[in-house]
Amino acid sequence: MRAEVQQTVAALHRQHYRALTAPLIRILGGFEAAEDVVQEAFAAALQAWHRDGLPDTPLAWLHRTARNRAIDRYRRSVRWQARAEVLAAEAADRFEHVFDGDTIHDDALRLIFTCCHPSLSPQAQIGLTLRTVCGLTSEQVARAFLVSTPTLQQRLVRARQKLDRAGIAYAVPEPAQWAARLSSVLRTVYLVFNEGYVASEGEGLLRGALCEEGIRLGQLLHELLPDEPAVQGVLALMWLHHARAAARTDAAGDLVVLDLQDRSLWDHARIAEALPLVEASLRGRPVSTYAIEAAIAALHAQAPTAEATDWRQIAVLYGELGRRSGGNPVVAVSAAVAVAMAGDLAGGLAQLDALAALPALQGYHWLPAARGDLLRRAGRLPEAAEAYAGALAAARNPVERRYLQGRLAACEADG
Amino acid sequence: MQYLCLIYSDESQMPAPPSDPAEFAAWMQPWTDYNAALAGAGVLRGGNALQPTMTATTVSAPAGEAVFTDGPFAETKEQLGGYYLLDCPDLDTALRWAAQCPAARYGRVEVRPVMDVGGAPG
Repeated sequence: MRAEVQQTVAALHRQHYRALTAPLIRILGGFEAAEDVVQEAFAAALQAWHRDGLPDTPLAWLHRTARNRAIDRYRRSVRWQARAEVLAAEAADRFEHVFDGDTIHDDALRLIFTCCHPSLSPQAQIGLTLRTVCGLTSEQVARAFLVSTPTLQQRLVRARQKLDRAGIAYAVPEPAQWAARLSSVLRTVYLVFNEGYVASEGEGLLRGALCEEGIRLGQLLHELLPDEPAVQGVLALMWLHHARAAARTDAAGDLVVLDLQDRSLWDHARIAEALPLVEASLRGRPVSTYAIEAAIAALHAQAPTAEATDWRQIAVLYGELGRRSGGNPVVAVSAAVAVAMAGDLAGGLAQLDALAALPALQGYHWLPAARGDLLRRAGRLPEAAEAYAGALAAARNPVERRYLQGRLAACEADG
Repeated sequence: MQYLCLIYSDESQMPAPPSDPAEFAAWMQPWTDYNAALAGAGVLRGGNALQPTMTATTVSAPAGEAVFTDGPFAETKEQLGGYYLLDCPDLDTALRWAAQCPAARYGRVEVRPVMDVGGAPG
């Protein structure tokens, strides 16, 4: 009984937190007020249902409780404006249809754009989005980001205060600001996904849930904005990366790099679903960086083996990404590898050697690791071993270190 | 809602304004244009450039007795050099105006909402 109540409340929180909160922010005129009301309603539910058992329609119970609390709060906040009886009727009217659903679409968009407002720090955007848009609890968000719950809660309080006090409009942005604001939203969504994707060590499982959360957010955005090419691109990119999840680690939990992965473990249904989205996103003008990254991921996903990959096209796409990112050296490393894999091994190695001289790439261990891979392919095993040793000296992540140690040992054994 | 736009830049790097009147007018032109745009849009509530921090005096009165200290409140790499007070419907509008401020090219503009101290509206 107790467990059933708890499970029901947790499931309702997860599924309906956004739809409960979003319209209340609009009518109460603030994040703090709306989230307080919703949290009070959940707390009241837990208490009442433990005492009286589950109601027939728990969601309707929550709606009623949240609406009544919102009316109370609204009346308190505007008490000085009008006579009490006028106010009571007006407040009841104002909230009567608050959860009826005909504004769900706009409310969800308003909420996402506001939680990802660029005047908030990226961390605050992520925290608010997971908490309010995804309906995770503060404890869940805190655990995913390896901070204490009070730290996370304090971060959220500050972010909500800024939203409420700085006059940040609770609105879908105007056309003039659309592109910039959408890019802030997509960056946040992709950061959520990436936090889970690069997770390793003991926290791997916990943080892996963030991948799912990023994808859920991408799907929600895609439902809300089905014709937005950058949204198609970011969702396709996440699907394609995630489709490889089962092949990315071996039974011992060790990292398996792309060219060594067992491709039969890839989620080919998911890949098939992503490909039309990649096509659609590439038709956007200007083409978003997400579309280009998704196109690269799609080429990998369609290749039967690492060798049979369309490296030539990947090299072109990385070149375009590099131009857009102002010569981002990390992109340049990937471009050099693609050039080598497309057949010009010497050319790719020369590009990597030029990059190795850049101050920005000192300590970036994937550069010597990539160099090691290419040298190994060229049969220059002693040099490859030296490169892997250099990468190992700079790598800190234990999973990556084990991978590099394995490569180093293989070169030394063969060489 | 009112927003105070605080303009910060490294005053040691600021070129001296030209003394020739025609050159001075050209030098001031971006500011003249910006002020006209703000006024034309009806958002301008005030604004001034400040004398450099060498002219600043910092005052405190911890025990009711005023203590004067030469210089700005804090020594920083960039200094407050001027401000605008804008009235905008929301933060995004204020940020858009701040981005068009000529000082945003060489310095930074901090946008702060003015606190509403309460009372009945209007």
